[in-house]
Amino acid sequence: MWTEQELLMILQGLWETAVIVFVSTFFGYVLGLPLGVLLAVTDSDGIKPHPMLYKVLDVVTNILRSVPFIILLVVLIPLTRAIVGKSYGTAATIVPLVIAAAPFIGRMVESSLKEVDHGVIEAAQSLGAGTFKIIWNVLLAEARTSLLVGVTIAFGTILGYSAMAGAVGGGGLGAIAIRYGYNRWQPNILWPCVIILVLLVQMFQVLGMKISKDLDRRRS
Amino acid sequence: MGEIMIKLENMSKTFVSGSGEVEAVRNIDLEIEKGDIFGIIGLSGAGKSTLVRCLNLLERPTEGKVYVDGRDMLMLTNRELSVVRREIGMIFQHFNLLMQRNVLDNVAFPLEIAGEKKKSAREKAGKYLEIVGLAEKAAAYPAQLSGGQKQRVAIARVLASDPKILLCDEATSALDPQTTKSILSLIKNINRDMGITVVVITHEMSVVQEICNKVAVLDHGRKVEEGSVEELFRKPKTEEAKKLVFSGSAHIRRMHSSRQIRVVFDGKSAFEPILGNIVLELRTPINILYANTQTINGNAEGEMILQLPDNEEIANKMVQYFKEKNLGAEEVNYVD
Repeated sequence: MWTEQELLMILQGLWETAVIVFVSTFFGYVLGLPLGVLLAVTDSDGIKPHPMLYKVLDVVTNILRSVPFIILLVVLIPLTRAIVGKSYGTAATIVPLVIAAAPFIGRMVESSLKEVDHGVIEAAQSLGAGTFKIIWNVLLAEARTSLLVGVTIAFGTILGYSAMAGAVGGGGLGAIAIRYGYNRWQPNILWPCVIILVLLVQMFQVLGMKISKDLDRRRS
Repeated sequence: MGEIMIKLENMSKTFVSGSGEVEAVRNIDLEIEKGDIFGIIGLSGAGKSTLVRCLNLLERPTEGKVYVDGRDMLMLTNRELSVVRREIGMIFQHFNLLMQRNVLDNVAFPLEIAGEKKKSAREKAGKYLEIVGLAEKAAAYPAQLSGGQKQRVAIARVLASDPKILLCDEATSALDPQTTKSILSLIKNINRDMGITVVVITHEMSVVQEICNKVAVLDHGRKVEEGSVEELFRKPKTEEAKKLVFSGSAHIRRMHSSRQIRVVFDGKSAFEPILGNIVLELRTPINILYANTQTINGNAEGEMILQLPDNEEIANKMVQYFKEKNLGAEEVNYVD
């Protein structure tokens, strides 16, 4: 059914996809988490309202979110080249993925943090907690299950985007599926790639939900 | 006059929203003495919660002054405010515990904020849990507790920062009567044993009667009446205060359209059989619609709603009689 070469290619693709998605999710959060915190904190009903800063972040986030990923990929080629030295391959896929994921992650973090009961924040303030302590000990700590659900969603979304990166010469299973499955119509390559991708998303969904549920202390 | 703990001078708070300005509290002057259990009572929307939030600057007054323990609160820097807030504990209607922390860590939280190491914070937290009688629940999470237990944890959490003042914002409004009683008695003990000044925000006269020594009535953002709880119970002066004080018998009065009189008496008036004497003297029966006895600051205070006879002349005589006996009698014809 498969030549040894094809098997190796699929395995290589799986490895690349894993690297791309993990690294992109990680850096997506490096940018997106502070962005989400800032959005939640500086909004008019946040703990440190700052209308100007909120507006700027809000607009930038919306602009980035409204550019289709496939276009963003092309637009960001100069930036990608500046950071990783080339505009194709595994490492080059990560840059646009991070830029596309960060605002999306920021929005999810923002909405998770806004779910935290305002009364609890007020109680912390009445106990003398400053802004930083409230962010760390109240907002992030109380929203942790919702944040973790967000991570699994981000993971799935980034995995989906990573396939598109294949279209412009990025690496990973998505690229293989497009090259062999679409351009050459080789179902024996297409289907394993698709199934592996589906399984990956499923696995992370189940794992993420389980961790998030295990960590939730709101149920008696 | 004791030492003043909280002082408000001409304080107002106006909220500006898209649809205009809302004056939540207006020109409040208030003095609360050290060791008081001071009640602030009003119907919902009267501005009680805003007022109490202005005491620890969870809300910033738009006008006027707030002094706590002699300090001008509005002059403090953010850092100073954080420190002063530790001296002003606050408990809430919905408890506001950290749901993802267990009971012990909730109580340790203010100590961690104050910079204490986790281990010693936990040790001290255990001590405060003992004070509120929940030591055995240290490892439980708030979601596993009853309302009363949650409020006890909230009280322990407040005590952990060794406050001088305890603000209670409708702290018993989500609790059943039995639990309310036990929480109120805990607050009373804290006031007595630790000398903590308590401010109680409530819409229930019964709460004020149970623990407060002084009370202010708030209506539409204004302070309309202030005095001892006995005074308010016996002779509420303003319409707003009457509404609150008479709320217990409202359902009775609604059913009767006739003239009614409310009579308040204490142990002293029990020496004379007043009701009996009136009936004998005027040869007209009198109908008791409602009667209740409450303990206010340890004194039994009774209240009765009496239906006056249809004969206007006799009815007027009865009113006169009660007033002469100095029983805090007042006609309370029900108006919706």
